Amino acid sequence: MPRRPDLHSICVIGAGPIVIGQACEFDYSGSQALKVLREDGYRTVVVNSNPATIMTDPGFADRTYLEPLDPEGVAAVLERERPDALLPTLGGQTALNLASTLAAEGVLDALGVELIGAPLDVIRRAEDRELFRATVESVGLRVPTSRIVTSADDLRGVALPAVVRPAFTLGGHGGGFVATEEELLAQVERGLAESPIGQVLVEESVRGWDEFELEVMRDRADNVVIVCSIENLDPMGVHTGDSVTVAPQMTLSDEAYQELRDAAAAIIRAVGVETGGSNIQFARDRETGEMCVIEMNPRVSRSSALASKATGYPIAKVAAKLAVGYTLDEIPNDLTRTTPASFEPTLDYVVVKVPRFAFEKFPGADHTLGTQMKSVGEAMGIGRTFTEAFLKAHRSRELDPGAPTPWATLDDLPDGLHPWFREQLGEARELLAAGADLLELKRAGWSDAAIATARGTSEEAVRAGRHAAGIRPSYRHVDSCAAEVEASSNYLYSTWGEDGADPPAPRRSVVILGSGPNRIGQGIEFDYCCVHAARTYRELGYETVMVNCNPETVSTDYDTSDRLYFEPLGEEEVLEICEREQPVGVVIQFGGQTPLRLARTLEDAGVPILGTPFEAIDLAEDRERFGTLCGELGLAVPPWGMARTRAEALAIAERVGFPVLVRPSYVLGGRDMRVCYGPDDIPCDEALRGASILVDRFLEGAVEIDVDALCDGVGVHVAAIMQHVEEAGVHSGDSSCVLPPASLSPAELDAVRAATRRLAPALGVVGLVNVQLALQEGELYVIEANPRASRTVPFASKAIGVNLVEAACRLSAGARLHELELPTRPTAAEVSVKAAVFPFARFPGADPLLGPEMRSTGEVMASAADFPTAFAKAERAAGRPLPPGGVAFVSVRDADKPAVTELARRLVALGFRLTATTGTARALAAAGLAVEAVRKVGEEGDGPSVVDRIRRGRCDLVVNTPQGGGARVDGYQIREAALAARIPCITTLAVADAAVEAIARAGDEGALSLQERVEARTA
Amino acid sequence: MTGFLVLEDGSLFPGRQVGADGVAFGEAVFTTAMSGYQEIATDPSYAEQLVCFTAPMIGNYGVAERRDESGGVAARGFLMRRAGGREWCRWLAERGIVALDGIDTRSVVLRLRAGGALRAAAVAGEADPDAVLAEVRAQPAMAGRALVAGVSAGEPARVGAGPVEIALLDYGAKRSIVRRLVAAGAAVTILPYDTPATAVLELSPDGVLLSNGPGDPAALPAQVAVVRDLLGRVPILGICLGHQLLGLAAGLETRKLPFGHRGANHPVLERASGRVLVTSQNHGFAVEGDGPEVSHVSLYDGTVEGLELPGERARSVQFHPEAGPGPHDAWPILERFVEEVGRVAAAA
Repeated sequence: MPRRPDLHSICVIGAGPIVIGQACEFDYSGSQALKVLREDGYRTVVVNSNPATIMTDPGFADRTYLEPLDPEGVAAVLERERPDALLPTLGGQTALNLASTLAAEGVLDALGVELIGAPLDVIRRAEDRELFRATVESVGLRVPTSRIVTSADDLRGVALPAVVRPAFTLGGHGGGFVATEEELLAQVERGLAESPIGQVLVEESVRGWDEFELEVMRDRADNVVIVCSIENLDPMGVHTGDSVTVAPQMTLSDEAYQELRDAAAAIIRAVGVETGGSNIQFARDRETGEMCVIEMNPRVSRSSALASKATGYPIAKVAAKLAVGYTLDEIPNDLTRTTPASFEPTLDYVVVKVPRFAFEKFPGADHTLGTQMKSVGEAMGIGRTFTEAFLKAHRSRELDPGAPTPWATLDDLPDGLHPWFREQLGEARELLAAGADLLELKRAGWSDAAIATARGTSEEAVRAGRHAAGIRPSYRHVDSCAAEVEASSNYLYSTWGEDGADPPAPRRSVVILGSGPNRIGQGIEFDYCCVHAARTYRELGYETVMVNCNPETVSTDYDTSDRLYFEPLGEEEVLEICEREQPVGVVIQFGGQTPLRLARTLEDAGVPILGTPFEAIDLAEDRERFGTLCGELGLAVPPWGMARTRAEALAIAERVGFPVLVRPSYVLGGRDMRVCYGPDDIPCDEALRGASILVDRFLEGAVEIDVDALCDGVGVHVAAIMQHVEEAGVHSGDSSCVLPPASLSPAELDAVRAATRRLAPALGVVGLVNVQLALQEGELYVIEANPRASRTVPFASKAIGVNLVEAACRLSAGARLHELELPTRPTAAEVSVKAAVFPFARFPGADPLLGPEMRSTGEVMASAADFPTAFAKAERAAGRPLPPGGVAFVSVRDADKPAVTELARRLVALGFRLTATTGTARALAAAGLAVEAVRKVGEEGDGPSVVDRIRRGRCDLVVNTPQGGGARVDGYQIREAALAARIPCITTLAVADAAVEAIARAGDEGALSLQERVEARTA
Repeated sequence: MTGFLVLEDGSLFPGRQVGADGVAFGEAVFTTAMSGYQEIATDPSYAEQLVCFTAPMIGNYGVAERRDESGGVAARGFLMRRAGGREWCRWLAERGIVALDGIDTRSVVLRLRAGGALRAAAVAGEADPDAVLAEVRAQPAMAGRALVAGVSAGEPARVGAGPVEIALLDYGAKRSIVRRLVAAGAAVTILPYDTPATAVLELSPDGVLLSNGPGDPAALPAQVAVVRDLLGRVPILGICLGHQLLGLAAGLETRKLPFGHRGANHPVLERASGRVLVTSQNHGFAVEGDGPEVSHVSLYDGTVEGLELPGERARSVQFHPEAGPGPHDAWPILERFVEEVGRVAAAA
């Protein structure tokens, strides 16, 4: 059966901003799908609000819409484009939910758009708990006993312990394990609030059972294949996204595995997925073998991305082909080229995935793992044995020293871990402790660094000894067939003590270092940059070699580069790869901070670095050298000093004056950065850990500016100047920003450009540089410079219509700026706004406040003719639509009280009714405004407290600025209540101003594709 | 290292002994099945072979008697990247089976894929590789070897009490075949490999099943003659070696495949339905043919995977519909056979 001839254009919905539970895996699936649909001659339309995705690059679809992923946003695009079909199975739960809403509301029918991949009845049977249970039972299987609850009154007689699962939420969001009546009630209330349909499932707990997942594909001829089995090491009760997982499954006998396989095939048939893939999760009692079906995702999922990388079977690509009517036997296996996709991959290696957590970013939050996902990223390791794969994944996490995490060491294994895994890990640990011979340790998976620690020597010494003994890694192919069929795979991993694949024929190649697991501060933006680097170097005639260990990414799609090394980004692995590849150079500017940490080692080993040299990195990162350089260039920096102890820090603070900003060198995402308002805020010696820290004056109330520029070593092209909406003190990754700047004067813009032009060549940048500046009372300060691609590069590239990564690659390959034919001045007619999204709702207990430490997981972009419209749209895209009116609750710190009256006056003019806490109410009343005073939680008085009101949804907008001077706890309950009730909560006056401006003046602007924006610009 | 594998081309792979002591000679073959090591170890079709597992971790979930596909271990030895369980290693040692781990199994596979299945020896303990290699080269090749006598049932036996009478010619039958037949409603009479056609027909079975088994089908002219005698007189289903014997009896030829098909993931196209079956396989020989009688083909290399001779009421499959180990996609082939011959018998 060939592809469907009746379809001509297809719309793909993306997954939107990166959030916990939905990360770059959906960019990987979406871009794969778009690629194959275009190859098949379809006209493609994509909607996604996330600018840092490859799938939203103008070349990936015929029409690209960076529009809010809400039903209105998608409907507007469908109305404009009138595609024949909508493919919702590649954009995670977000896309599936949007599609089912649009289908259920009749929008798709009205527009004549067919839902392909997963029709509405299939989505319902898989997603609606009751229907799913009935479907599973119809094939003789069972789900844990359960009850649908739509009100906290339906809980009588529920057996405990139980699991609460809200319907239609991301990553099991809003759910949890409960053991007592009180916990049950609290969790159900939370789940009801989280579920968009106000429905939760309270079900029998199978906590402690073993957990397995199968990735299943089915075509319209009813062929079913199981692409991969995945076993969770953390047993049931821990969300699979937070579990260490292994593929293929390790502990089931063939008969037990076939039972799961049969069940998976029966379920996909009963649910009715006819043209695509599904992920099905099972719980299995280790002793009795009793099996329960936990859930099914009738779409490409995080696990299917993992399965694709684990097996080399491109699930998303195949799913897209199935959706347009191909059958599995008509689709070739990419890796072998001679065999079809209707087979089941067989692995001659083991794959382990380890989640990456960021608890250190959310002090006060509960670290216990449960049914609600909390990890922010993952790393995958491939090895020829379980321990080799496990240890590679384990060290790929790049944990910050001292960061709390599950599976911290091999001494820290979870309860309930299957004894087989415990035994394997125990044996590996004993080998290390017993001082086994080097080859044996390497074959078990130990890194040079771990062996060095065990032997009390240095990594370099272990490596030198290893090389002297001729112990080098060999490289093997991931080929989906255990070498049974000849494959042209370019996908490699290392192992030890074996004959490997021959090294590639010597050619002009570049090694591009990726950014490792997603974490807060280093995510998809850098993967976007690495993918573009690969594409550009390919165009420039180089062979491209990618090194990365993040299975979610587009960079680890073997289609992205000429060779993919799925390896940890450690010194050992990268040096061995360079030794094997003998590249022209290594590209380190696009993978965030991870490759920069390797720069010195690479340079010492004589490996050429392409573009900006290590010297520039050190100059920028070493705060002392950087401060001196700025002084020499006549650029103002906030007064500063370096300290190693609290006493030294205090002395500097006294000299430069409080408030001060305290920050370590070589960090990304503002790790451990903090504003200190007085001596009490300065960290103690233990917290400083003897590292050298920068203490500089905090520029309170300053306007922050981000610049992305290109430099060829001499000339500078200032490509994008972005103004932060939040004032200084909020991490640049967390602030909204606007391009072009909304309120800078031409003279100020000139000063920004001049500073950038002086700084970039002085640092020695060849490629991209990001400069952060602050403008306070007419004075421009340089805050920092990063001689690499920054987080804003994808946003800036899309806003100005120039691919900055491509330009940077050309520069580092030797081109001069004038050869790149860059537009001399940004020609964007519209205003683009970037807004961040935060995971606070996942970390109850942590204050949802913005500060110098970055805590957002992702971002959205919106463009419009003016700032208010773009801002309003960006807030909508970030899931915080601004209310048109209603009740505004205002509670601000004393310093903001004079300014808040003007804001309040405008809110009233817009028709808002004001409520405020006592102090703020007094200030507003004094200004002649009608305001209702509400008591704080602890305050005496009648009626519900402010927190009660917010919880009950008697409020539409919250403006709450925290007290300075460290007392940032007052408003915490208010902010948390707003978060739980999904009420927009604004914590800075600058944003409140922008929001009011947006409510007042946002225009009703229709959707416009990126391609049309570019056309309008060049016309 | 306490052992090694040597292939007839002279390549040597160091390993660690995890089973019994000794030197095991055999044809080196590989299987890509990721689970079911015990079923593979007890599958009589692996007679006189050294089985290399491509799955890297073998032995993880121990052993259990119910997983045995026969009363013993027919293969001569096992080669693994890592033997991941003590129980499994003990089980091998108790049965006197040579087994090595730490073997660079992927390189072994690449070697076999390039050079075809090779004669080899697995050595557990000390030995002179050159001397062993000389012995390897003196071993008979698999082509031309008749091996069913060593693995067939010595005496007839009866299993199951269903209404449909099936006679099973045992060339080294896996227990899963019998189990599936019984589950489908058959009473199975297991007959030694050398049972004459007349003796089979005397039982007036509703259907005859030609089982799997080891070795070269072309070396079994007497068994081919029996099948030829049965053809058209009783419904027949052949599996694996039984399929090859049916092909030879129908006038087709068989040949040795370069390195065979062994695994649990092989896609097979069922021509009549257009459906793809994911199948369990274990064979080193194949039937040659491209006529209308070919009912199934391999989507890997286009080889014949099934025959349908409607005039003779005979059909066969090269793969293993009984699974054990492997997917159950093809169970219905056995079920349908029992059901159909039962229906015909009931109507008669």
